[in-house]
Amino acid sequence: MKRLMIGNEAIARGAFEAGATVAAAYPGTPSTEIVSNFAGFEGVYAEWAPNEKVALEVGVGSSIGGARTLVAMKHVGVNVAADPLYTFAYTGVNGGLVLISADDPGMHSSQNEQDNRGYGRFAKIPVIEPADSQEAKDFTRMAFDISERFDTPVMLRITTRLAHSQTLVEEGEVQKPELKEYKKNPAKYVMLPGFARGRHVEVEKRMLKLKEFAEETDLNRIEWGEKNLGIITSGVVYQYVKEVLPDASILKLGLSNPLPEKLIESFASEVDRLLVVEELEPVIEEQIRALGIKVEGKELLSIVGEYSPEMLAACLAGETAGQSFSLESQIPARPPLMCPGCPHRGVFHTVKKMKLVVTGDIGCYTLGALPPLQGMDSCICMGASIGTALGMEKARGEEFAKKVVAVIGDSTFVHSGITPLIDIVYNQGKSTVIILDNDTTAMTGHQDHPATGLTIRKEPTRKLDIEALVRAIGIKNVRVVDPLNLKELETALAEELARNEASVIIAKRPCVLLEREAAQKRYYVDNELCTGCKLCIKIGCTGIYYLDEDKKAVINPNTCVSCGLCPQVCKFDAIKVVEG
Amino acid sequence: MDKGIKNILIVGVGGQGTLLTSRIIAQVAVQMSYDVKVSEVHGMAQRGGSVVSQVRYGEKVYSPIIKKGDADVILAFEKLEAARMLDYLKPGGMVIINNDRVDPLPVMSGKEKYPEDIAERIKGLVENTVIVDASKIAESCGNIKAANVVLLGVLSKAISLPEAEVEKAIQEMVPPRALDVNLAAFREGRKLFTV
Ligand SMILES: Cc1ncc(C[n+]2csc(CCOP(=O)(O)OP(=O)(O)O)c2C)c(N)n1
Repeated sequence: MKRLMIGNEAIARGAFEAGATVAAAYPGTPSTEIVSNFAGFEGVYAEWAPNEKVALEVGVGSSIGGARTLVAMKHVGVNVAADPLYTFAYTGVNGGLVLISADDPGMHSSQNEQDNRGYGRFAKIPVIEPADSQEAKDFTRMAFDISERFDTPVMLRITTRLAHSQTLVEEGEVQKPELKEYKKNPAKYVMLPGFARGRHVEVEKRMLKLKEFAEETDLNRIEWGEKNLGIITSGVVYQYVKEVLPDASILKLGLSNPLPEKLIESFASEVDRLLVVEELEPVIEEQIRALGIKVEGKELLSIVGEYSPEMLAACLAGETAGQSFSLESQIPARPPLMCPGCPHRGVFHTVKKMKLVVTGDIGCYTLGALPPLQGMDSCICMGASIGTALGMEKARGEEFAKKVVAVIGDSTFVHSGITPLIDIVYNQGKSTVIILDNDTTAMTGHQDHPATGLTIRKEPTRKLDIEALVRAIGIKNVRVVDPLNLKELETALAEELARNEASVIIAKRPCVLLEREAAQKRYYVDNELCTGCKLCIKIGCTGIYYLDEDKKAVINPNTCVSCGLCPQVCKFDAIKVVEG
Repeated sequence: MDKGIKNILIVGVGGQGTLLTSRIIAQVAVQMSYDVKVSEVHGMAQRGGSVVSQVRYGEKVYSPIIKKGDADVILAFEKLEAARMLDYLKPGGMVIINNDRVDPLPVMSGKEKYPEDIAERIKGLVENTVIVDASKIAESCGNIKAANVVLLGVLSKAISLPEAEVEKAIQEMVPPRALDVNLAAFREGRKLFTV
């Protein structure tokens, strides 16, 4: 029986069917559900690694150790893992290794929309692109065979629409896992220059073999239609092409690196007009043009953002889709928000109030950059906040440093905040760092990490003590505060910023979405005392709103979780506890 | 042009349960042996932002996302969100709106006004508009959170999904302790739609 699965679940299933027994990942939308699903299978090992580099390195060890191994991350995670990736491409595998790169065209939940097919060409590894969940499962399974047959890690590149769309999947039989023999082989696995030179030659030979394979594999297929237009496409975009141009001839590339040059040449020779439809970068198009084949692509279709059927219809068929009621432009926007009771709110309220320069980082707390809090000056990539703060200090001097604070989440700190903190100590920075310890990786859906003390399967493990770690690094001034106690937080910040030494403030309170006890008290706004000054509204909480007719603030009992933040902000003590 | 494909756009605010509803509709379509695709939203937008799930079923479905102007039904958990996505509606399509408001930030902060008459404005633009007090009905069935299933009831009747199939899917996908309330809410929803 066929079953609906999101692409990510199908990938986990495909790896399981292929006999993979080890999986490692660091969470990141849209990749997270791959390894969390894999962890649900019996007889396999799965882990959340502290970051993507470690995840891939665990994968490398597992592969050399002989097991089929799945490693998954979002597109920017591959940047973090790029160092081991490039050299692992030289050593090749023992047990097959499949690396899932989950790209995010349109940046639904990301800081950039890089096209990771580029990594395939750069690292010289095969890139496979499924177009629905069935293919996601089947191609993952095939990717393990390809990995072992050609002695290379394989990248399975997906995008958000594949990862998070449910389509029907027919499950296959589960192959019995086989642990390959482990043999010491320094010439293959010790990448000293002398050995690596030999391996590079092997990589080039492998690419030639893969090129031949690309010509014959059924990962690539032609669907003949009318011959006045031939379209070359890959991934989920194939579905939009089928929808919008059902009569065109299509060369669907399941293996998009290396390209099947002969197949492309013969396809091109049979159609009057050749067009490449690919989201983001013209990776396929440029290679086809380099073959001397006349081809169209990005002059018709955007290099920016996610594709959609209506976008293809407009660009390729000249259709303008949809009715235009144009209501959208007439109504208020609905941006995402921190939840009522979110501990991060206390921190951003305070840094804004103190007019600090905030080098930010990535997580739910990045929402603190949006109105009304607007308490963030920079956000680049995970872990960047701390080094950025040190750089600002070195550029503008120590006096400026007294106004600069780095803000970083607990999961992000463990991911890549530790080494820059060591830099602050080593190079005698005076910066202040706030670690927002909400005991989870909230942004991506509440995954555990080393400092939560639980594994991916919620089994207890040794809990990383962030406070002890920070002290061990050499930070002398470390304090733990409650971010929803505004006085305590502000005092701590003022004192630590004034110091001529580096400090770390750990703002500790669990994410409000984690299981919590029902609130003991309820708040209301005393209309006699409320002056309508809107200070409480400026914390940006859906638990309290401003009623224009009355010119007063009102608590929304359906959303308020009684975190007690707004009463602390009110200058007139108008927000009170309901008695009884 | 649509080869008998049904396109349903489910819109709401992050946290309102649009995901579960789209999964139930999809499950019904699977039970009825259709090809089905569902596009979901995970991640950032779930933090109280606008969310859209899309369900498409029919003999053969390619794209998991609905083309603008192709939605047979827009099922809106919140009034503003119906307005936001209205251009996706097919000419002659139907809008089912929960007569409930969730204020977005610009309204909460008093910067902008919530257009209170938005549901009526939609009704003025789209003849086939059904406005339902789903939250109130769900509350009277025992839990305001079952508003999504009230809407599902209206939808299933409107697009002729067999009652028994939908109930089967609800039984499969709703936690046992919430089942009675959900089934009651679903049946109330079905009663609301009469042609
Ligand atoms: C290299 C990289 N990996 C993963 C992500 C996805 N991601 C964004 S924020 C985040 C972690 C958030 O956790 P935390 O720092 O604890 O903050 P919280 O969301 O809990 O407030 C993750 C995994 C990313 N943006 N970049």
